Order: sequence, then C-alpha cells, then structure tokens
Amino acid sequence: MLDFVQQLVSGIALGCVYGLIALGFVLVYKATEVVNFAQGDLMMLGGFFAFTFIGILGLNYWIGFAGAVATMALFGMLAERVVVRPILGYPQFSIIMATIGLGYFLRSVAGMVWGTDDFKIETPFSQGVLRIGALVLAYDKLSVIAATIILCALLYLFFNKTTLGTAMRASSENMLAAYYMGIPVKRVVSIVWAISAAVATCAGVLLAPITFIHSNVGLVLGLKAFPAAVLGGFGSIPGAVVGGVLIGVIESMAGFYLAEGWKDVAPYIVLLAVLLLKPEGLFGLRMRKKV
Amino acid sequence: MRFLFKTDYEDDIRLFPHSGYVFSYGTLLVLLVVAPFVLSSYLVSQLVFVCIYATVGVALLILTGFTGQASLGHAAFLAIGAYTAAYLQQFNVPFPVYFLVAGLLTGVVGALVGFPALRLQGIYLVIATISFAFIVEEILARWESVTRGNEGMRVKALQLLGTSISRDSPTFYFLCLAVLILTIVGTLNLLRSPTGRAFVAIRDSETAARSMGINVSLYKVKSFAISAAITGFAGVLFAHKLSFISPEMFTLQLSIEFIIVILIGGAFSLHGAVLGAIFIVMIDPFLTYLKDDLPGMIAGVAAALGAGSARAAHIQDSVAAFASANGLKGAIYGVIIVLFVLFEPLGLYGRWLKIKRFFQLFPLYKRATFKRQKIYVKSERNR
Repeated sequence: MLDFVQQLVSGIALGCVYGLIALGFVLVYKATEVVNFAQGDLMMLGGFFAFTFIGILGLNYWIGFAGAVATMALFGMLAERVVVRPILGYPQFSIIMATIGLGYFLRSVAGMVWGTDDFKIETPFSQGVLRIGALVLAYDKLSVIAATIILCALLYLFFNKTTLGTAMRASSENMLAAYYMGIPVKRVVSIVWAISAAVATCAGVLLAPITFIHSNVGLVLGLKAFPAAVLGGFGSIPGAVVGGVLIGVIESMAGFYLAEGWKDVAPYIVLLAVLLLKPEGLFGLRMRKKV
Repeated sequence: MRFLFKTDYEDDIRLFPHSGYVFSYGTLLVLLVVAPFVLSSYLVSQLVFVCIYATVGVALLILTGFTGQASLGHAAFLAIGAYTAAYLQQFNVPFPVYFLVAGLLTGVVGALVGFPALRLQGIYLVIATISFAFIVEEILARWESVTRGNEGMRVKALQLLGTSISRDSPTFYFLCLAVLILTIVGTLNLLRSPTGRAFVAIRDSETAARSMGINVSLYKVKSFAISAAITGFAGVLFAHKLSFISPEMFTLQLSIEFIIVILIGGAFSLHGAVLGAIFIVMIDPFLTYLKDDLPGMIAGVAAALGAGSARAAHIQDSVAAFASANGLKGAIYGVIIVLFVLFEPLGLYGRWLKIKRFFQLFPLYKRATFKRQKIYVKSERNR
C-alpha cells in the first residue's frame, strides 16, 4: 500500500510536469489553432536560461526564475513573429512542420551554446523531504505539484474571466470575426505565445532538480506531454493537467508493477485506447462542420 | 507554349500527355541506367538511398498528400518490412517470397492502424500514428526471440535467381530503381482510377466526399494499407542496403525525415517525393563537403579583400571551429524546414513549376498564379 501511494505521488509529480508542458500546447492551440511541436524545446531553453542566471551568474533563485520567465516570454513573442505569423491561415500541417523545424533549431543551438552535458539548478527546495508517517515526499516534487495547481488555476481564471482571455478564445474560434469585433488578433496571438513560453519556462525550472536540464530534455518530455494534451482533449486547460497527471501516474505505475519496457509504452497504449473510444479526448468538444 | 486540346476523357488521364514527356522521361531513364557505370561507388550508394526514400515518399504522398491523412509513423511501417525480411531470410525463404510477404504484412498492419484512425482527425491522427510508431519500436526492442532486441539483426546479401547480389553492386541499384519506377507508375495509375479520385475527394472535403456517395472509411483504410504496403517493400530494400537493422534506426526522427521528404519536394505531386528524397539524402554529403572546404574558401576571400594573412588564418580557424561544432547539422536542418514552410510551401517541385511557367509566359508571368489563399475563418476543429 505504501509503495502504491509513493508511486502515486511521484507519478502525480511527474504528471504535473507533463501537464505544465501540455498547458503550453493547449494555450497556443486554444488561441491560434497552432500545434506547437517546439513547446518542449521552449521548456528546455527556459531551463537553460534559468541555469545561466542562477548557476553561472549566481543570482538569487527567485530573481533568476523571474528573469528566465521574462526572457522566454520575449523569446516566445519573437518566435511567433518570425515563424508563426507569416503562416497563420495556412493548413495546420504546414504550421506543424514549421514548429518541428523550430524545435530542431532550438535543440541544436542549445547544444552548441551550453554543451550536451546535464545541468542541475540549485533550488531552495531541492533538499529535504516531508514525512507523513512512513510516507516520504521530496520537496522538489511537491513544489512541482503546487506550482501546477497555482498556474492552472491562474490560467483558467485568466481565460474565462478576463477580457483578454475572452479575446483569445474568440480569435481561436474565428480569427476574421474576432478581427471585425475589434480584437487586435495579431497582438493577442503574440501575447499567447509569450504566456505559453513563460509557462514552459516554469515547467523547465521546476523540472530541473528532478530530471536535470540537457539539450534533448525538450524532445523527450515534449513527446510525453503531447499525448497528455491529446488525452485531455486539445484545447481544454483542466484537461491538459488531468491528461498529464494520468500519463504520469500510468507511467510510474507501469514502471513499478509491470515488466521492464512497459513503462515507456503504457501511456501510448492508454492514449490509443482512449482515442478509440473518445476521438476528441476526455474533455474535448465535438464539433461538426456544416457544408 | 504548347496547347493541348483534349477531346475525350482518355486524353485527360493520359500518363504521357504529349511527346515531350516521353522524351524527357526517356532521357532521365537512360541517364539513370548509365549512372552506376559512370558515377563513383559512393554516389551510386547514395542513389540507392534516394530510391528507397523516394519510394517511402511516394507511399507517404498517397496517404498525406492525396488522402489528407497525416502520419508520423511511417518509420514503423519501414521497420515492419525490414524485420519481416530479416526474419524470413533466416529460414532461407527466397527473396521474391519474403519481399511480397513483407509488403503484404505491412499492408495488413497499415489497415489495422487505419481502423482506429478512421474517427481521428488532424492533430489526433498525428499523435495516434506517433503512438503506434513508439509501440512498434518498443515491441522490436523487447520481442527478443524474433527480433533479437537491441542487439539488432544481420541481413545477409540478397539471393535472386541463384546469384548473390551485394548491396553495393549496380544490380542492387537497378533493383531499387525498378521498385521505385514500378511504385511511381502504379501510384499514377491508382491516382487516375476511381480509388485515387476518391482519395483526393476525401482530402478536399470529407463531408462533401461522403455526400457524393464515397465510402470514406473504406477508402481511408485502403489508403493506409496501400501506403503501408509500399513502405514495407521499401523496408526490405532498406534492410538489405544497411545489412544490419536495430530498433533505434526506426525512430520518430526517421518518420519526421520522411515527412520532410514530401514537404521539401512538394506534397502535391509525385515529382515532389523524388526531389525531396534527393534533397534529404544529398544534404549530408553536401554539409560534410561544406564543413571541409568552406573555412579555406572564406579565408581565401578574406585574404583577397586585403586582410592580413594572420587575420585570414584566424578567420579560417574560427569558421572551422564553428563548422565542426556539435549539432550544427540539426540547426541547419531546422532552418531549412522553416524556410521551406515560410517561403516555398509548394516545395522544390513547386519552384520548378514556377520557373517553367515564368519562361513559358515570359513577359506575362504573374506571381499571384501560385499564391495560396489564407483562410482565417475555417476552424480545423469544426469539421
């Protein structure tokens, strides 16, 4: 039983990381219908910026964290301006390819700048554990869970309660109509990319004590976060986190209870099964086109 | 400019609309047949890879380009073809038999993947095919009694008609070329048949296709099966060419490479698959060549521009250091993909058509002829 709870908690912590990256996917998709395959790489880049600020320049953890988030928000806007804006309105497939290309580029450049080693960021909560009876919970994992809940709640409120959030939802439904309604669609898209890069950076920094930062971490985790977003139904913020947690828990349970090799495949098998039964994910909306 | 007057349906679907086609493709065929006797063995070997990649590209075009179903799992189909060949070869099964079995088996697997894919669209389909590819990769690594797991499998030289065909011989090249040409001709015939027209109709609008009486599910599964089967055939050749296969060769990276083949070549015509394959296969030797020769060239230019010899040597060293930096290839790859999507979405073949049209219409060419329409209204979620 204890093993089970232990696995459950570490699965949830891992899942929250997937959920955070998946949140970035969902944000961009919700606002622009662009599927950003470079999301994992934005996370990796954010982690590297934080590492530079904290580990190399020796800044305070929280200042470094904020600096990395701000830098990456600007970078997200830049990426949107250069790569995504010219192809908005084209078929989704072109945009997917463009972001795959962007991902390749970021991975290689990060490898050239920071090298291919693993890096670790010292955090205030990388040491120490919380003991509840016989249960041992590491603070770094708990910090991920807490941050995910806070970010998810903030983003949910932002999308559903603020004017800007409503504008984002409107431009995702129909860019042209949103534009006619006086929504500055281009600026909205730009802001969405900034937010999603910032969320990715949070994921990267929180993740650093658990999996370390290296130039391929974005690809590895991005490929897990992507099923998480799909499982939750692309376009649903709570769905992304639930999907992420499910994937994380399945992975950690499969790693513990099943034979070796199931750990990496189990999430995908579950994903395929869910897609067979509910093609639009757990929380996705079914929409029909009229011809 | 030549004007073709079509008077009946047969004229419209002719494979060679006029004698110019016969001439140009005939010349190309002659050149390809002569190639192994003229080119260096390294280039012939690259040509074999071009043939294999182009075959997969054609397969992917049937599914993605003409039926509109994106797939990031074609490396798995290639793997199934390759492993079937390697496995059957152990029992001295003759080449023609395991070649066909590999294609059929991959086709059946493709149809099985096609079934769940029926209800999926766009991004969900992409992730489903990625998941399928991951599962196949893991099965290959774990099913050790058949696939020898991560150790990989050796593939012996190809035996055909009692002779052994080494993977570097011109005969092997001709075999790959023959498979490619058969695939292309077969696909061209498929595309002008009712099946091919149904594929295109599904790509353009599924709802409209259904209301025209097309059995959308049936044709989607057919498209998956045909595409997978062709990839399986290519897989057999791939296994023979590499002579050693292991699960880590068939990763998502390879699937992305196949998508890049049709993206860079042009996803609307079979020419695109071939041009894209040439691009993908030749970019590696080209980058290596640049890496070796570019620093010297730049230093030469710097010296010619009046920089001192010490300064020129310094420039040469720094360029060489930059060029041999780890991962530069990936960065160039990424930039190329982004540039193609941004500036030449029709790919290399689209560029060729534009240049051709420019000269045909010389003073009257309009850029807008090839301009794609941007649609801000349609939401891909509502279909």
